[in-house]
Amino acid sequence: MAVKTLTIDGKHVSARDDQTILQTAREAGIRIPTLCDLPGVGPLGACRLCLVEVTGVPKLLPACVTVVQEGMEVQTNTERLRRYRLMIVELLFAERNHVCSVCVANNHCELQDRAMEIGMTHSRFAYQFPKLDVDTTHGRFGIDHNRCILCSRCVRVCDEIEGAHTWDVSGRGANARVITDMNVPWGEAASCTSCGKCVQACPTGAIFRIGATVAELEKDRTQLSFIVNARENKQWLG
Amino acid sequence: MDTTDLLEIAERERAARTPRRLRCCTAAGCLSQNGQALKAALIEAVKTAGLTDSVEVVGVGCMGLCSQGPLVQVDPDGPLYEKVTPDQAPAIVAALNEPSAPADDVRVGDPTHPFFAKQVPVVLQNSGKINPERIESYIEVGGYQALCTAVREMQPLEVCELITASGLRGRGGAGYPTGLKWSTVAKTESDRKFVVCNADEGDPGAFMDRSVLESDPHRIIEGMAIAAYAVGASQGFVYVRGEYPLAISRLKTAISQARRLGVLGAGVFETRFDFRVDIRIGAGAFVCGEETALMRSIEGHRGTPRPRPPFPAAKGLWGCPTLINNVETLANIPAIVANGPEWFAGLGTGKSAGTKVFALAGKIKNTGLIEVPMGTTLRTIVEEMGGGVPGGGSVKAVQTGGPSGGCIPAEHLDTPVDYESLAQLGSIMGSGGMIVMDESDNMVDVARFFMEFCMDESCGKCVPCRAGTVQIHHLLTKLRSGKGTARDLDVLRELCEMVKQTSLCGLGQSAPNPVLSTLRYFHNEYDTLLNDPMTPATKPLQTSTETR
Repeated sequence: MAVKTLTIDGKHVSARDDQTILQTAREAGIRIPTLCDLPGVGPLGACRLCLVEVTGVPKLLPACVTVVQEGMEVQTNTERLRRYRLMIVELLFAERNHVCSVCVANNHCELQDRAMEIGMTHSRFAYQFPKLDVDTTHGRFGIDHNRCILCSRCVRVCDEIEGAHTWDVSGRGANARVITDMNVPWGEAASCTSCGKCVQACPTGAIFRIGATVAELEKDRTQLSFIVNARENKQWLG
Repeated sequence: MDTTDLLEIAERERAARTPRRLRCCTAAGCLSQNGQALKAALIEAVKTAGLTDSVEVVGVGCMGLCSQGPLVQVDPDGPLYEKVTPDQAPAIVAALNEPSAPADDVRVGDPTHPFFAKQVPVVLQNSGKINPERIESYIEVGGYQALCTAVREMQPLEVCELITASGLRGRGGAGYPTGLKWSTVAKTESDRKFVVCNADEGDPGAFMDRSVLESDPHRIIEGMAIAAYAVGASQGFVYVRGEYPLAISRLKTAISQARRLGVLGAGVFETRFDFRVDIRIGAGAFVCGEETALMRSIEGHRGTPRPRPPFPAAKGLWGCPTLINNVETLANIPAIVANGPEWFAGLGTGKSAGTKVFALAGKIKNTGLIEVPMGTTLRTIVEEMGGGVPGGGSVKAVQTGGPSGGCIPAEHLDTPVDYESLAQLGSIMGSGGMIVMDESDNMVDVARFFMEFCMDESCGKCVPCRAGTVQIHHLLTKLRSGKGTARDLDVLRELCEMVKQTSLCGLGQSAPNPVLSTLRYFHNEYDTLLNDPMTPATKPLQTSTETR
């Protein structure tokens, strides 16, 4: 295994040659905002919050899937990137019905955290107010599509960790929805093992435990990385 | 099966030919105008006239001039009849033995019109001439000779070098050098490799690939087989959109004919090269024309793009090196192998070799398909060949590249059509759709139309494309209804830049182009729509001053 050296925001760092820019930055204590990324499951490169500038590359690169190279010069926090990140979060808030004050995930929500971190005070875009369903047929868990940001973490944990592949995405563009099995109510999805990993993975209050009240939906993401670490590295460390 | 056998088949085909033939277009354009009934009527008329021994009615592919269809042409060297109806069939048959034009008001086309005279057919060489449903018809005009030469007399890398030397660039839109792509796949080591023909043509107004598949399907198979030999693949897929049922059926026929003749399958032309082609049918998503989404779809997954790198040449279908070329690119291959790279390079301009097929649509007299050498000016294409705006109006703009391209204003009509010149004007070559607009067209509407298209076709995976196109469309609608402000225009511009820079795949990265190009050349049309027209937009686009 070879080691590469590169600079991130002017700081010299080293990384194994199979590491991504995001992993390297995290190890070096450099913060890059993310939303669809979830340690333990495969990267997606879809939320575009982790885009970084690399000297000599005309396009912006997603840090979560871009593997490091020797001598790479990475900028993670330029004025342009901050402007784009702000717009991405604004777009997400305008897309569906994100009302923090009545959300179970208030104060435990990654979308909310990113908005505060990036400095969003309001959205400049027109709120779409789509009419979306809430599915509580499962009994223990529910999904509120109004709060879904289509990060597909639920799809990936269910497929890659639980191996059930109950979740998937149907529809296109603004009509895209996460669905259970062949678009049946969650309660009728025969493949669901009710393991609750999707609840842990969901960054917002979209997938929730039934019975949790506002601001109660604390999530334990370490549970997922614990399982992956145990399975892949045979290390049972908390 | 070798060259001699091919020549023998061609000879037999020529001997079986009747002295006169009536070529009747059976591509989708003419079929939609009652072409099938016309063909039946012609067959009937020939029978009635007792000419079955000397005249054959042949169904052929597209002859190009779709606006004047259904078309019938007398072979050899006979007149071209336009807008033929089934009841005119007896008159046409009767005229076969008379030098004067037939009565019964049959319209005769002018073969010296620039629409035909200025064309240089390479890709469309056989379109409208051969029967697309018979492999012998393709072999008769020299088909599969290039494949035979390649697999029997050339080394794979030699074929790659030949394509590199020709200067051929991808005809799907981006213009990536084809030879470079081929040699990358050829040099990547793997037990399994794939060749994919991208026939998921989806740009509004574009129908080049459909026409080639309907008119000359064997050409694509031959191009794919040569590509597969060059890169070391033994499996090919043609990814065709489901909206092209005729193209699919002709392709299926062609594949089974080629397999039966030993042109495809195990031991192509009795060599150790095996090649199999299968068809995969798209289910209606525009994004599946994007190569990574296309591969996901072939693999049987939801067709969504993934970040590149890794490029398909390194990790494509099922993780194996995969060569993906567009229909038109592959259709050029047999001609390049047959005529040599110098011939092809001599056809176009320096950086853009060869010819390009364009689908003319919109406010233009002669809608249809043309093939011209690269470097031909837009004016020649639109005004001379296309005949300009029907009714004599003036051209306002030409839209190239579909939803990924831009609008080129009339003052730039003298621009030569090549990859670099079009990019400089803020548009792209694209796959070949060319939509002409006249003075009655509102450019904000044009931008809005394409944005609506992208909004509907966004796969929804990445946020900028999924949510950004919705907001751009919303802003354009607001501006169009006269409720927009200068502030909205600023947000629109900023949002377009962001979507372009941050989207995951080509669809999102190019979706703002129609808006940006109309903002660049037709800024006044946006300004006049503002609710507060006295207040100029706070940040006028830098380029708008130099172009107006």
